[in-house]
Amino acid sequence: MNAVTNYNYGTAILAAFEYLLEKYPEVFVIGQGLWSPWYVGNSMTGLDKKFGVDRVIDTPVSELGCTGLGIGASLAGMKPIVVHPRIDFMLYAMDAVVNQAAKWSHMFGGQAHPGVTIRAIINRGGEQGAQHSQALHAWFAHIPGLRVVMPATVADARDLLIASVLCEDPVMFMDDRWLYDLTDDLPQIREMELSVEQPKRLVEGDDLTIVSAGFSTRLALDASAELRARGVYAEVVDLRVLNPLKFETIVESVRKTGRLMVVDGGWRTCGIAGEVIAGVVECVPLAEWRNKPVRVTLPDAPAPTSRVLEKAYYPSVKTVLAAARQVLA
Amino acid sequence: MPYPSNIQNLGSLADPSNHCEPIDILGEDPATLKAQLRMMLTIRLVEQHLAQMRKGGLIGGPVHLGVGQEAVAVGVSQCLRTSDRVFGAHRSHSHVLALGASIRGLFAEALGRDTGLSRGMGGSMHLWDGPRGFYGSVPIVAGTVPLAVGAALAAKLTGTDDIGVSYLGDGAIEEGAVHESLNLARTLKAPVLFVVENNFFSSHMHIHLRQPSNSTARFAVAHDICYEIVDGNDVVAVRKAADRLVNQSRTGGGPGFIEAVTYRWYGHVDWREDVDVGVNRSIEDLVNWRRRDPIHRLATALRRVGVWSQEDESGLIRELEDQISRAWGEAMNDPWPPEDALLGRVYAPRRVVRE
Repeated sequence: MNAVTNYNYGTAILAAFEYLLEKYPEVFVIGQGLWSPWYVGNSMTGLDKKFGVDRVIDTPVSELGCTGLGIGASLAGMKPIVVHPRIDFMLYAMDAVVNQAAKWSHMFGGQAHPGVTIRAIINRGGEQGAQHSQALHAWFAHIPGLRVVMPATVADARDLLIASVLCEDPVMFMDDRWLYDLTDDLPQIREMELSVEQPKRLVEGDDLTIVSAGFSTRLALDASAELRARGVYAEVVDLRVLNPLKFETIVESVRKTGRLMVVDGGWRTCGIAGEVIAGVVECVPLAEWRNKPVRVTLPDAPAPTSRVLEKAYYPSVKTVLAAARQVLA
Repeated sequence: MPYPSNIQNLGSLADPSNHCEPIDILGEDPATLKAQLRMMLTIRLVEQHLAQMRKGGLIGGPVHLGVGQEAVAVGVSQCLRTSDRVFGAHRSHSHVLALGASIRGLFAEALGRDTGLSRGMGGSMHLWDGPRGFYGSVPIVAGTVPLAVGAALAAKLTGTDDIGVSYLGDGAIEEGAVHESLNLARTLKAPVLFVVENNFFSSHMHIHLRQPSNSTARFAVAHDICYEIVDGNDVVAVRKAADRLVNQSRTGGGPGFIEAVTYRWYGHVDWREDVDVGVNRSIEDLVNWRRRDPIHRLATALRRVGVWSQEDESGLIRELEDQISRAWGEAMNDPWPPEDALLGRVYAPRRVVRE
C-alpha cells in the first residue's frame, strides 16, 4: 500500500499524537491548555475526548512541576510528552530539564534513562513582544544529554515527534507556529530511531550551501527557489536534530559548493549558526573555501512589539537573499 | 496590621530537653524492632566511617551526613516494597541504606569506583539503586520532588498500588517546586508520600530565620493533603505514621505528608559539627539533641522489656564494624570507571526499533 494522506504541519503533529496514544499505552500527555481549543493550534484537537482526560492531562500553572513530573513518570517506565504551548513560559522548568533530565543517565552510570519528550512551541510575531517570542533551541542544544529536535517539514513534524517519544533519552521537540499551515502528502508512518537521524539535504545545488532549522528552513527553501530562477543553485540542508549535531552531510555539501550560509531564527551570540560555521570550518580545508561563511540570525536584542520593529527584527527571504549575494560575490 | 496568630508550630517537639525517654514499643514485634535497631546502627556506623574517611582525605567529594536522623528512613522504609519509587536529596545515605542497599556499593560510590551504586559517576550526592526502588538522589534542593510525583502518577496510570516517596528537608520546602508538586499531587491524586525531615537547619540557617513557623506541615494543610507530625527520633512513631499514609495512598487516597522532627549531629557537610559556625547552632542544643538519640531510645526500650542487653549491643556493633571495615577495604580496591564512561553514558544505548 502506498496510500498517502494530506496533512498540514499542525495536523501532522496531531496524527503523531494519535498514533502514539493508540499504539503505546505508556504514552500520556501533560501540559497547560490541552483541554482548550486555542492553546496549541490544530495540533492536539480532540485528543482529550478520544483518549480520555487521564492520558491527556490539562494542568495547573506549574511548568516546573509538570516537567519534573514527566521526568519522574518516564523513570517509572512511561513515555510522557510534556507540552509547553509557548517556550518562554517553560523557563521555570530549567532545573528539571538541565539539572535532572539531561544529567540523569550520566550521573547514575547509565543505569536509568528519563525518556521524556518535552514539546515546546515557538510562537512569534503578532506584536507579542519579548516574553512571547523566544526561540531557545541553541540553549538546549548546548546541554549534553538532551536531544534537540526542530522539524521543518510536515513529514518531520509527524515522524520526528514519534521518534522523539520512542527515544529513551530526554528530547526537546520544538515546533514553530509559523509552520502550521504548511501542507504535504505523506505516506504511512514509519517508526525511526532518533539517535541515527541527522541533517538532510532538501534541495541539491553546487553553488552555495544553506543550512537552517525549523521555520528558517522555509526561508532557505524560498530563497533557494529565487536563486534558482536567477541561475544560482543553492543546496539546502535542514538540521532537523540540533543535538547531538552531526556534521557529515553539511561538511560534504560545503566541500562541494565551497560556500556556506547559515540561517537561524535564534540570536547570533553563542547561537546555532555560529556552532554550525565553527564545526564546518574545522573540517573543510582552507583551499576549498570560495568565500567566507556568513550567518543570518536575529539581532542580539529581545523581540520588539511594534510591527515596524518586528519587520526589521525577523530574518526574511529578502535578508537571506542579501546575505546570499554577499557569499556568492 | 498584626500578623495572623493561628500559625501552626511544633511546640515541645522542637525543644530537645523533651522526648528523650525510651520510645513506646508497646504491642510492637521485638524481632522487627531489633531489625530496625540493626539498620539504624548500620546507617550510623557507615556514616561515621564516611566522616572519618572524608576527614582523612580518602573521599574527594562532599559528604552530607545524617547521623541522628536514622529513625526517619528506617521507619518509612518499613512500609515500602521494591516496586515503590523512592527519591532522595543531598543527605540520602540513610534513605538508600534503609532500603537494603549494599554498604560496599555506597562506599565505592563515595570513592568514585565502577562498582558504586551509580557506577562511580555520582559520588555521595547522586545515589541510585533501582532494583531496590531507589530511583535517585540529587543535591539540587527540591530537584527530585516533582519527579516523585510523576513516578507516583505513573503507578496510578498503570493501575498498580505502588507509591512514590519524596524525601525532602525543611530547606527544600521553601522552594517553589515543592508547592507545585504538592498542588499537582493533590489535584491529580498521585499516590506519593512526602517525607519532610525537619532538622531545623538549611545549611547554616536556622528555620526561625527562614520561615515564620518551625512547622512545615502547614504547607500540607494549605494543599489539603493528609499529614502527620511525628517525633522523627522515634522509629515506631515514624513507622506508624508512614503506615497510615502509605495505606491511604495505596488505596486511592492520593498523597500524604509526614513532618518528622529530628536533628543532624554533624554540620551541613562533611565531618565538622558546625557549632557556632551556623546561625543559632549551639553546643547546648547539640548536647541536648544527642540525648534524644533515636538509637539509644529504642535500645533502652528493648532493654527495659528484657529482649536486649548491653552485651547484645556491643556484639552487634562489633559485627557491623567488621562488616563496614571489610566493605571499605573492598571498595578501596575496586576499579575506577573506564575512560569511555565519560561519553558512553550520556545517552541511552541505541534502541531496537519495534515493528
